[in-house]
Amino acid sequence: MSIFINKNTRIITQGITGKTGQFHTEKCQEYANGKECFVAGVNPKKAGESIFNIPIYASVKEAAAETGATVSVIYVPPPGAAAAIWEAVEADLDLAICITEGIPVRDMLILRNKMKEKEAKGGKKTLLLGPNCPGLITPDEVKIGIMPGHIHRKGRIGVVSRSGTLTYEAVGQLTEIGLGQSSAVGIGGDPINGLKHIDVMKAFNDDPDTDAVIMIGEIGGPDEAEAAMWCKANMKKPIVGFIAGVTAPAGKRMGHAGALISGGADTADAKLAIMEECGFTVTRNPSEMAKLLKALL
Amino acid sequence: MKIHEYQGKQILKKFGVTVPRGIHCTTVEDAVKAAETLGGKVWVVKAQIHAGGRGKGGGVKVATSLEKVREYAGQILGMQLITHQTGPEGQKVRHLLIEEGADIKHEYYVAALTDRATQSVAIMASYEGGMDIEEVAHKTPEKIVKVFVNPLVGLTDEQALTLAKGMGMLESSIPQCVDTLKKLYTCYMETDASLAEINPLIHEGDGTVKALDAKFNFDSNALYRQEEIVAMRDLDEEDPDEVEASQFDLAYISLDGNIGCLVNGAGLAMATMDTIKLFGAEPANFLDVGGGATTEKVTEAFKIMLKNPKVKGILVNIFGGIMKCDTIAEGVVAAAKLTHLSVPLVVRMKGTNEDLGKKILKDSGLPIISADSMAEAATKIVAAVK
Repeated sequence: MSIFINKNTRIITQGITGKTGQFHTEKCQEYANGKECFVAGVNPKKAGESIFNIPIYASVKEAAAETGATVSVIYVPPPGAAAAIWEAVEADLDLAICITEGIPVRDMLILRNKMKEKEAKGGKKTLLLGPNCPGLITPDEVKIGIMPGHIHRKGRIGVVSRSGTLTYEAVGQLTEIGLGQSSAVGIGGDPINGLKHIDVMKAFNDDPDTDAVIMIGEIGGPDEAEAAMWCKANMKKPIVGFIAGVTAPAGKRMGHAGALISGGADTADAKLAIMEECGFTVTRNPSEMAKLLKALL
Repeated sequence: MKIHEYQGKQILKKFGVTVPRGIHCTTVEDAVKAAETLGGKVWVVKAQIHAGGRGKGGGVKVATSLEKVREYAGQILGMQLITHQTGPEGQKVRHLLIEEGADIKHEYYVAALTDRATQSVAIMASYEGGMDIEEVAHKTPEKIVKVFVNPLVGLTDEQALTLAKGMGMLESSIPQCVDTLKKLYTCYMETDASLAEINPLIHEGDGTVKALDAKFNFDSNALYRQEEIVAMRDLDEEDPDEVEASQFDLAYISLDGNIGCLVNGAGLAMATMDTIKLFGAEPANFLDVGGGATTEKVTEAFKIMLKNPKVKGILVNIFGGIMKCDTIAEGVVAAAKLTHLSVPLVVRMKGTNEDLGKKILKDSGLPIISADSMAEAATKIVAAVK
């Protein structure tokens, strides 16, 4: 078991013919069951062609109907990315993973409200991971996104983070001390996104093959605090928490569009305090995340 | 991206919000001419810098004669205006806004911003305008009224009325206030703003509702479709090193410490800064080289960090994923040579081809200190600069 994806997941790649899409599709294919999992690409201008032996369809709907795929990964450039996500939602997929960085916030605001409106009207709910995220991986089964596959190892620890390289850091530490991962999920650094820490924590809590979780956050926004409150009441598994940005000045955007201190409760210190209150083992030293987790098992 | 008040008012005016008549100028002579053109007996001479708190810092003055306009413009233009947002060195005033005086009966506060939790646009209003809204939020949160706007629907009449009444707007001015709020919302959406704040919004003796200030911030992801806004960018108001870095696709922010750091990924970059502090020093900057840390990018990153005279050592922390450690090591060695690096350099590399990368650093003949973990790297660089 794992969360969201496994070796039986069938995946459509939107933006498969672009430079980034091509590069990462090839890496994803090479990883574990990638060749079986990545079954379709989408590009209306290249329908009927194929790339890396993956057939290209004119639309997500058609690709899903032809292949039975239920998940999509999106590398479409920012101006068209929100529309690409909406296409996956309209095709009633289970999960859309948007890697694209730099989508205008207004586009995401409109998209997220369209998704909520569709659900409110009884339409199928499509989960969205990202945008501006590394994707997610279930080690030894399938990798969807841009993370380096080889640092992972199959196991029973969940990892969730907004940041890509900080997810890799946690995974690398775990693998190094002999702890494998059930799934590692990068939810992305944008202020308006899909799955949040709380959603991923719920999934890890329900996953019988996850024993403990490393939850990594950063400055800005209320998500980590919200997840911590939920965990306090519901989470049955030990959690190690880290928040990046203790040294970040207020009012400056720290690389990620969402990493910006704007109120009082969204600083790293405030979040660390809430997480600690909620029973997390928190650390201010990101080098000891895996070591601390091992001590909790 | 931020803009000046006079530019913000141009935008508000374009969307139909009433603003005082005003003229932007950059010389004392033009300031006097502007006052003459505007006519009347009272003018406001306003320093234009991107930071807030200009009034308290002496950057806003009311003049009751043309001589006074000349005097104040002379004082303000070229001054280093220090406010709570500029830092102790202040910001040089290069632009003025000369405005007609307003007949202020009451000052209110309104702002639009994106709310992450509800994924909507929050519009806030308060009776307590003209002061720091954070202070109001802290001391008297009940005096702030808020509505959340679904972007698929827009700001409804009912919501706008809730705001206008909730902020205690003069009864007879409520219709104009409702209209102003709706225009502010449209302006916020159409310009891809991330903040649009009017503080204060006033009503005058005749009941006119007017925006006396305008503060905007724009979503940098959307600038590609906002030519008019991009044209308003004033590079003089931005940190020159940050501007230079952005030209090389580097996310750079200068800080006050003495350890430069170069990292791939925003989250890891923040974590590296935090680790430096944890081990007893302060980071000199935030620098994310992104996914493609090529020799060119690493060299530019070194140059930008080394421009800061406070930098006494550099910590490079790279998690090699798609980008291999040997490629990065070559980039670091080349950059260190090209910039004739003379401060201690600690490199921590993890991931793909880690050993190969470490060998390249070792064989380079440069005094590069290698580290395995972030904590070890921080300990070593802190020791090296002491």
